Amino acid sequence: MTRRQFLQRITAHLDRPLLAGMMLLMAVSLLTLYSAGDHSMDRVMAQGLNILVALVCMWIVANLPLHYLMRTAVPIYVLGMLLLLGVLTPLGVSSHGAKRWLNIGVATIQPSELMKIGVPLMMAWYFEKHEATLRMKNYIVAAMLLLMPVGLIAKQPDLGTALLISASGFYVLFLAGLSWRVMGGLFIAAVASAPVMWKMMHEYQRHRIEMLFDPSQDALGKGYHTIQGMIAVGSGGILGKGYLNGTQTHLDFLPERTTDFIFAVYSEEFGLVGNLILLAIYFFVIWRGFVITANASTYFTRLMAGSITLTFATYAFVNMGMVSGILPIVGVPLPLVSYGGTSMLTLLLGFGMLMSIQTHKKLVKT
Amino acid sequence: MNNRIELKNHQQEMFNFRLRLFIGIGFALLLLGVLLGRFVYLQVMRHSYYHTLAEKNRISIMPIVPNRGLILDRNGVVLAHNFSGYTLEITPSKVKNLQTTIDELAKIVDIEPRDRKRFKKLQAESHDFETLMIRSRLSDEEVARFAAQQYRFPGVEIKARLFRDYPYSDKTAHLLGYIGRINQADQDKLEEKDEEANYRGTDYIGKTGLEQYYEDELHGKTGIEQVEVDSAGRAVRILSRTPPVSGNTLILSIDAKLQEIAEQSFGNYRGALVAIDPASGEVLAFVSKPGYDPSLFVDGIDADSWKELNESLDHPLNNRVLRGQYPSGSTIKPFMALAGLYYKVRSPTQTISDPGYFTLPGNSHHYRDWKPGGHGMVDMFKSIVVSCDTYYYGLATELGIDRIFSYLSGFGFGKKTGIDLDGETSGLLPSQEWKQKHFKQKWYAGDTVSVGIGQGYSLVTPLQLAMATATLANGGIGYHPHLLMEVKNSSTGQIRKLENSPAFDVKIDPESLDLVKRAMQAVTQPGGTAAQASAGAPYTIAGKTGTAQVVGMKQGEKYDASKLDERHRDHAWFIAFAPVDKPRIAIAVLVENGGHGGGTAAPIARRVMDYYLLGKVPDAVKVAEPAASAVPVVD
Repeated sequence: MTRRQFLQRITAHLDRPLLAGMMLLMAVSLLTLYSAGDHSMDRVMAQGLNILVALVCMWIVANLPLHYLMRTAVPIYVLGMLLLLGVLTPLGVSSHGAKRWLNIGVATIQPSELMKIGVPLMMAWYFEKHEATLRMKNYIVAAMLLLMPVGLIAKQPDLGTALLISASGFYVLFLAGLSWRVMGGLFIAAVASAPVMWKMMHEYQRHRIEMLFDPSQDALGKGYHTIQGMIAVGSGGILGKGYLNGTQTHLDFLPERTTDFIFAVYSEEFGLVGNLILLAIYFFVIWRGFVITANASTYFTRLMAGSITLTFATYAFVNMGMVSGILPIVGVPLPLVSYGGTSMLTLLLGFGMLMSIQTHKKLVKT
Repeated sequence: MNNRIELKNHQQEMFNFRLRLFIGIGFALLLLGVLLGRFVYLQVMRHSYYHTLAEKNRISIMPIVPNRGLILDRNGVVLAHNFSGYTLEITPSKVKNLQTTIDELAKIVDIEPRDRKRFKKLQAESHDFETLMIRSRLSDEEVARFAAQQYRFPGVEIKARLFRDYPYSDKTAHLLGYIGRINQADQDKLEEKDEEANYRGTDYIGKTGLEQYYEDELHGKTGIEQVEVDSAGRAVRILSRTPPVSGNTLILSIDAKLQEIAEQSFGNYRGALVAIDPASGEVLAFVSKPGYDPSLFVDGIDADSWKELNESLDHPLNNRVLRGQYPSGSTIKPFMALAGLYYKVRSPTQTISDPGYFTLPGNSHHYRDWKPGGHGMVDMFKSIVVSCDTYYYGLATELGIDRIFSYLSGFGFGKKTGIDLDGETSGLLPSQEWKQKHFKQKWYAGDTVSVGIGQGYSLVTPLQLAMATATLANGGIGYHPHLLMEVKNSSTGQIRKLENSPAFDVKIDPESLDLVKRAMQAVTQPGGTAAQASAGAPYTIAGKTGTAQVVGMKQGEKYDASKLDERHRDHAWFIAFAPVDKPRIAIAVLVENGGHGGGTAAPIARRVMDYYLLGKVPDAVKVAEPAASAVPVVD
């Protein structure tokens, strides 16, 4: 086997356009982390390692044939449910007044992360099984598959993750053809039940939503994040203050500037032009995801690819929306850019599936 | 045909899917469009506004730290308050060479080695961008001297701060605790409670004692000042201000004068005293001797002082009231007597003959009475008055450990009392189950014998014994001991009284209670083990002495206090309440290495009762010296 053949073998299941878009976002991540970390390479190196590990995992998933992917749906979902229930047992770990983690001896894990993939995977698997005879009943069962884990996660409480998983599950339902009338009914029901939900929310969750309308109410606490984020973005102007020149960033005004608020750092230094470029890269990645979805050969892969793509778009929107002050602060990282190993891994597993879907279909057809 | 329909369905399905996918793409575009719109709004239309905020006049949100609440005694005497003073503070990240800066500063203001050590410790515990104190309580002159030369010291500043002061210092240290600098562990706890915003700007938090337990009441609510500052950080103008709300005032049930008298009455002895109002559970005095100077901890303790306190043989940091666990000795006997009457194991008039020792059937081991040769014929009344050990060896054996456990736990032995302080220990009331669990051994009859006189496995804290005494004095109705009586709201001035409802109800019939109370009264009169305790008192006193062994003795060996090292001498106990018929105060006193309860502990209790019931201040507080000479060998 020549070197060229070897390279071909290795990259056979990687989707180049998608990979290129991802790499650009990762470059933005490393570049911005250097600035956000006050010119220290610590975070940059650590994030580089996160990226490497996640890329290897992505490569493995991309090389798995589709029937393997389908076979993992039930075990991943069941395991995820068991771990979520485990959080309720004494093995669950509390922090900041929320019980989201599980102590498994060697490490503490957050089962809701697993469900970000597990829920759409399970729903797509279920629809594939019943493709021939889809009825209202099936949509209800699929909705139950979604609501059980979401309920457990909302109870922890982790409203942000619960909503995002709801979104990814809803995208599966939507792409699977849930009737417009039902969706309209759900929408009306949601609006009508809003006051009840408001009452059921935790004090701090209500607080976060109230703050969205008036961040100055809690200027020392959570509102501080919103105010400082908006000042960073707004003061960036059209051209930005220049790389490594963000005053908000370097005068310690910005909280969580390597994780959830990294966009504020980027936006302050690169301005509207930088934001346009970033949005363009995101759109390119999303567009490629839609192309893969449109070309997908089976019901399962169509649903899965569509959900992964739309969820990715949602994450990007929610993070940038929260930093620029149009959405409440829900603790969602900027996909592929924020510092953090777990979210990097979860996202790249999803992209691995997209690549597998794109590169294995020829084999399915033959 | 069939095939064609399916094919058509498939095409229809694909069409539907593609349609929805396009809607999806449209949705994604819409989201990105919304973001773009927002960016244009913030970065183009509102740019100059945010630019001003960020560049020319940054908004600085300044927390205004609330004044910490005061702590008063039941008569309004101040136990903890704040005074304002100046501190000299350094922000390490803004200083080029820390060492030379401090050396230069030392030429202007007095900086002692202990200040440097403390600063080093602070520095190790905090981030570089935090502002750390190098000197506290500067004199006006020092402030003026530094102000004149401030330009030479970037990153060093004078700050006006409120200091916490405890006028009674070591006398209330174990009760009030102290506040100290917020460390990482405190910070984590605050975040867990979602309180970090309310502590922005606050450097201190309650670390132990009441300061810790009632942190939420004392802290108050942090105010906010939004100021415009220029690029040099100078305030240009105040934009808005939300005033802080001071912490609430705590009014304790403690009587400061009583506390002081009790503390002084110990002289040079170590020990503990708790006085409780039996009718409410209010704690009137809470003394653990020796105390320590809490102000050492407020500013951050330096290593030398810490070492001195921590390694002292006197253990001044040990809260003996709350955490000291001692054998109860004979103070358990009145409670054992009540158990005997309750289970009808003994009648009041039943007598035993005491030869000076007790043996279990089929065993030659002699459980000795403290009085060689014994007390002769002993009934229940006499057993308490002369503290006959043999009587209780037998009684305990007949009751059995299960019944002893069940009855005594009704008085709160072996359990935390539930006082409003953290870190309480629960003492030990042994049971079969406990021994099996901890020693993997079954319970032997011999174990029960020594429980009867409060030795063996059993341990009590002074607080538990005081609570049990109060419960007995109150006829079996007991309260959790409580230090906080009222909370005065700092802004409205409203006073919230704390209700304390009875926590336990031990079954004691009136005749049994009367018998035990009369016997305890006789203890404090000639013929009793604390014969001098009620001499000349215009009110009646019930009491019981006790001795907690420090050094174990072999069979046949004699206890001779004069030969023992002072620290190996027995601990002396005295429990008491007065007046006997309508008790207003119940006391437990422990004097470490005090020898006999009637000799050292009872006089302390008497002084406390004299002040509380008669308002009598001891003319010159006689300092009891731990003397090497003969302490009477009685129990």
